[in-house]
Amino acid sequence: MSPRAGGLALLALFAALALLPLGVRRDDLLNFVLLILLTITLAQSWNIVAGYAGQVNLGHAAFFGLGALTARTLWIGGAPIVLATFAGALVAAAFALLIGAAAFRLRGAYFAIGTLALGEILRTTVGNVLPEISTLPVASIAGYRLAHRYYLALALAALSVIAVALLARSRLGLGMQAIREDEDAAEASGVAALGLKLRALVLSTGLAGAAGGLFAYYQISYYPAHAFNPTWTFDALLVTFIGGVGTLHGPVLGAILYVFLKEYLTVRWVDLHLLIFGVLFIAIVLLFPGGLVQALIQAGNGARRRLGRRSGAPT
Amino acid sequence: MLLIEQQIVLGLLLGGLYGLAAAGLSLVFGVLKVLDVAHGELIMLGGYGAFWLFALLHWDPFASLLVVIPASLLLGVVLYAVLFGFVVRADEETRVKNSLLVGFGLALALHALAVRLWTADDRSITTSYGGAVIAVGDLSIPVIRLLSLAVAFALIAGLHLLLTRWRWGKAIRATAEDWQAALLTGIDVRRAYLLAFAIGTALAGAAGTLVTVGYSVSPSIGLEWTLKALIVVVLAGLGSMLGTFVAGLFLGVAEALSAAVFGGPYREVVGLVIFVVVLVLRPRGLFGAR
Repeated sequence: MSPRAGGLALLALFAALALLPLGVRRDDLLNFVLLILLTITLAQSWNIVAGYAGQVNLGHAAFFGLGALTARTLWIGGAPIVLATFAGALVAAAFALLIGAAAFRLRGAYFAIGTLALGEILRTTVGNVLPEISTLPVASIAGYRLAHRYYLALALAALSVIAVALLARSRLGLGMQAIREDEDAAEASGVAALGLKLRALVLSTGLAGAAGGLFAYYQISYYPAHAFNPTWTFDALLVTFIGGVGTLHGPVLGAILYVFLKEYLTVRWVDLHLLIFGVLFIAIVLLFPGGLVQALIQAGNGARRRLGRRSGAPT
Repeated sequence: MLLIEQQIVLGLLLGGLYGLAAAGLSLVFGVLKVLDVAHGELIMLGGYGAFWLFALLHWDPFASLLVVIPASLLLGVVLYAVLFGFVVRADEETRVKNSLLVGFGLALALHALAVRLWTADDRSITTSYGGAVIAVGDLSIPVIRLLSLAVAFALIAGLHLLLTRWRWGKAIRATAEDWQAALLTGIDVRRAYLLAFAIGTALAGAAGTLVTVGYSVSPSIGLEWTLKALIVVVLAGLGSMLGTFVAGLFLGVAEALSAAVFGGPYREVVGLVIFVVVLVLRPRGLFGAR
């Protein structure tokens, strides 16, 4: 499958999903697809900074949380949800700009643990300042329409996939990938590393903030600190690596598999999906750094070769 | 003010455990150049070891160290053989990054496993002498935490002797300094890696036991203890186990003071802020600082 055909397949998938609420009246199915779409957005946003620019950001949840907090406050205050979500994305991206220059003094694993600590600082502080659970006003609960949440989720997932698709082919994206492969070499050949890393972080955290806005719109009640929980980061990391880090299709594939296993296994065995994904994740890091996408491509090539041999055609 | 003095004493007692928790991480990081973020989960496993020895066999938690430490040592050997032994084959930058990811996967799996096996409940060990306190002036010192501090210090001192006097201890330090030079002088670097990782895991097991005695254990304490250990390692730098212990005490007191000044919920924040500031000021990390 060529990249173009793969991209078209994704677009067709999103178009088909747009028709789903018209034909299906089952809320459980819509909820399920919505969770997949939210996970795609979150994972794809993490993929930009970690997969393309090579900076493992373990504080991603902080940006998701900031987006959720901003969007929720504005939306309950009366702003339209699309505007509130956009504001959430802006606040998350602005915070990324604020901390970015200091955080990018750290390289590799130090960037990872530094951002992890930063996320925890924000989570603890928000938990202390806003200890009360945030519940929608009764009027909003009465007017709750799942389809509205669903379309916002679909729009954000499509946006994140399109953003990564455009980024991967652009000059900007190529520069980021050069930094990922070897930062010193990239700088030596004229790539302004800090500027590009900042742009990757802003794009990534902006999308994460928008995903947070969706969460704030979707969830009827939650503790504000919950949106800052590091499990959001871990989800994004697992999904992206298992699907294929630094690829367009990886996070989509990973998200479908992840939410599917999570929803079906949690019914009977709490947290069992984390055991499976923990082990799978280790195996992928050590044996299959390209994730499922690479595994599928290799399997496809192998099958084609075998078929070719059998029919006697040159391969 | 009495309250603050009492807080400082409690902070020192807890800080000893931070030091012990960090010692294992520091050893593994310094020698293997591997950042094992599952260190907190190894502490958690040690805690459960002590808890079950107490709950099922009524072993005194301090006596159970005699079983938990060798068992953790063995666990360390297994983990090195099946996981981290592969990670150390990469060059230094990839090694740190991959170890972070592998450690993360391990942490996740161990956490989920612990929830499956032992539920998510908080558990602690209540011994007959658990409630005893020593009164010094107006201060009261819980006996069990004082004992824990003494054991933690004894273990660190023992580790220090091991690393300075024992033949393989010297080999471990030589490998930490410069593995290529160590290899050239005939040191079996792979074995030094294995030993350092096993000892680091054993220290985590011991720390877990003491945590369960003085405080409590649950499957989710891992991340918190990994962060504490990381903070202490960043504060102390690599290379000196006694320095690590002192940095642990410092973190304990800093937390106690910030809790007294800003209120209890913020005690977790002060260590993280110190951590981020030190990291950003010394961005090239800890390998250079000795």
